[in-house]
Amino acid sequence: MPPVERKIVPLEFEKPLAMLAQQIEALEKQLAESQSPDLDVDLQRLHEQYDVLRRSLYSNLRPFDHLALARHEQRPYTKDYFQRWDPSWIELHGDRKGADDPAMVGGFVRLSDDLKVLAVGIQKGRTLRERQACNFGCPQPEGYRKALRLFQHADKFGMPIVTLIDTPGAYPGMTAEEHNQSQAIALNLYEMAGLTVPVVAVITGEGGSGGALAIALANRVLMLEHSVYSVISPEGCASILWRSSDKAADACTAMKITAREIKELGVADEVIGEPLGGAHHDYDAAATTLKQALIRHLRDLQRMTPFQLREDRQNKYRKLGAFVES
Amino acid sequence: MDLKDWFANRQKRRQQIDEVKTPLTTEEYCALWKQCFQCRELLYTRDLHSNLNVCPKCQYHFRVGAELRIEQLLDPNTFVELDANLQSADPLGFVDTEPYPRRQQEAMRKSGLKEAIITGTGKIEGQPAAVGVMDFDHFGGSMGSVVGEKVARLIEHAELKRMPVILISSSGGARMQEGILSLMQMAKTSAALKSFGDAGLLYISILSEPTYGGVTASFAMLGDIIIAEPGARIGFAGRRVIEQTIRQKLPADFQTAEYLLKHGQVDMVVERSNLRNTLSALIDLHTRTEQEQARPAKGAGSAQKAITTR
Repeated sequence: MPPVERKIVPLEFEKPLAMLAQQIEALEKQLAESQSPDLDVDLQRLHEQYDVLRRSLYSNLRPFDHLALARHEQRPYTKDYFQRWDPSWIELHGDRKGADDPAMVGGFVRLSDDLKVLAVGIQKGRTLRERQACNFGCPQPEGYRKALRLFQHADKFGMPIVTLIDTPGAYPGMTAEEHNQSQAIALNLYEMAGLTVPVVAVITGEGGSGGALAIALANRVLMLEHSVYSVISPEGCASILWRSSDKAADACTAMKITAREIKELGVADEVIGEPLGGAHHDYDAAATTLKQALIRHLRDLQRMTPFQLREDRQNKYRKLGAFVES
Repeated sequence: MDLKDWFANRQKRRQQIDEVKTPLTTEEYCALWKQCFQCRELLYTRDLHSNLNVCPKCQYHFRVGAELRIEQLLDPNTFVELDANLQSADPLGFVDTEPYPRRQQEAMRKSGLKEAIITGTGKIEGQPAAVGVMDFDHFGGSMGSVVGEKVARLIEHAELKRMPVILISSSGGARMQEGILSLMQMAKTSAALKSFGDAGLLYISILSEPTYGGVTASFAMLGDIIIAEPGARIGFAGRRVIEQTIRQKLPADFQTAEYLLKHGQVDMVVERSNLRNTLSALIDLHTRTEQEQARPAKGAGSAQKAITTR
């Protein structure tokens, strides 16, 4: 849980805005000490300037800036959403095969009085200790197997599934390979294709490659305004194609990773707006907007029969791709 | 003969001799001879070829191109290619140090193939099968929209004709130049296999040097039976990435076929010389007798039940 009065850490591109905010603060302090009408006018002008700059800054973000926002350390994480949607949500643990991966969380969440879902998501961890336990949001094979167990539970009881995705990618470690990370991801894709309940996936932060897709094979894919979704991390792409990880900004632009671009490519179905400046400025507002969108999509999907839901999901992915047939 | 003609002919002859004498270029030498990566033995390409691209001395399994693999695996003249006319588009207008279309042309020139996979139907010791073979020499065997589409279509074709599917993987992973659409091919191929599997049909996955990333994490690891070639390196993340993440040296045999066998990830490691026999035996074992055919496939039955009861 983040503290209520937390100071927002400005990102590199937000520095001019932060400087202006500092000036305003200084001026306000002066004003409190000496009542002078001159300062009052100045202050008002600065406030106006701040608003203009803020609006223009966030409406002209480069893909690299979206990436920075998606990775912001104060961004709301999966459990922050679950907690706000349903303070009495019930968490489930374990893959039943030998482990419980804290990077993958899941349980029963009541979105409204008559809409209960099985929600699963990737957790990055807030404190350093939590982050280490979660491998900074990189699930192990055990995490994906836990998610699959929960999906199968939902399928059995006819419960809709909501997944939240925020990961740099599946964990690339020695034990992860030994425990067959690839098979864990592949099996999730295989089984998710056969689910007979509504599935809605939301990319809330980073949608990193196969590690993200492994819980995102859904009927509807939503993306938060500043989230990104990519086939490889921009740093990875840059170091392979440009032979330098400094070119990550170029890779971001070339790969088309922002929510709006992913929607244009037909992969995402809707872009969900965030509070100005990003979801970390107002957890409650971000959670409410997302919840409303989820309810809307789930209600829509609930009109389909189990068979139709499966067909709908398989058709969605069957159509994706770009090629020429001569 | 006129004396003048004689001189002219002599000059021509000399030119011809000179032409023969021109030494072979390095490239031509490389085409004739190949050094084994493992035992360093110099091998005559023709011998290597007749030994299924396996070093006769140390049994090192060289990579095999898609066309050659089909020749090695299927009964002669039984292969019928499917979807040969599919070609990549450039959906993102992707440019890194070079534009994607130019890189595609480069790949085509290098491999002589249109894409990183050839799909079609053929026979293995008389038994029909749908076969897809990836080629690492084309764009590192990377999976873009075309590879995904061809795999999905092959699976659908096999489901319709009730044939087993055999996919031979060799890939560096997803094709970055097609961005998110490449990633979606993992979903597309896995979903196609789901419906294929529910129909009670056999899918054999063969992992060859090297199989990584998005291909491993989708259709390659979904085989009912998974076979790996000796020494093939197979994994999700690359060795270097893992070493950087965990900051320690990995064992020398990490991610090899034998290592995977030890860790329960593949059913068997089969030498190339036995591959055809093994496949034929496996297909034969899974061919239903008339009595067995009367029983519905398990997957199809339970899925149907789940759908009708809700």
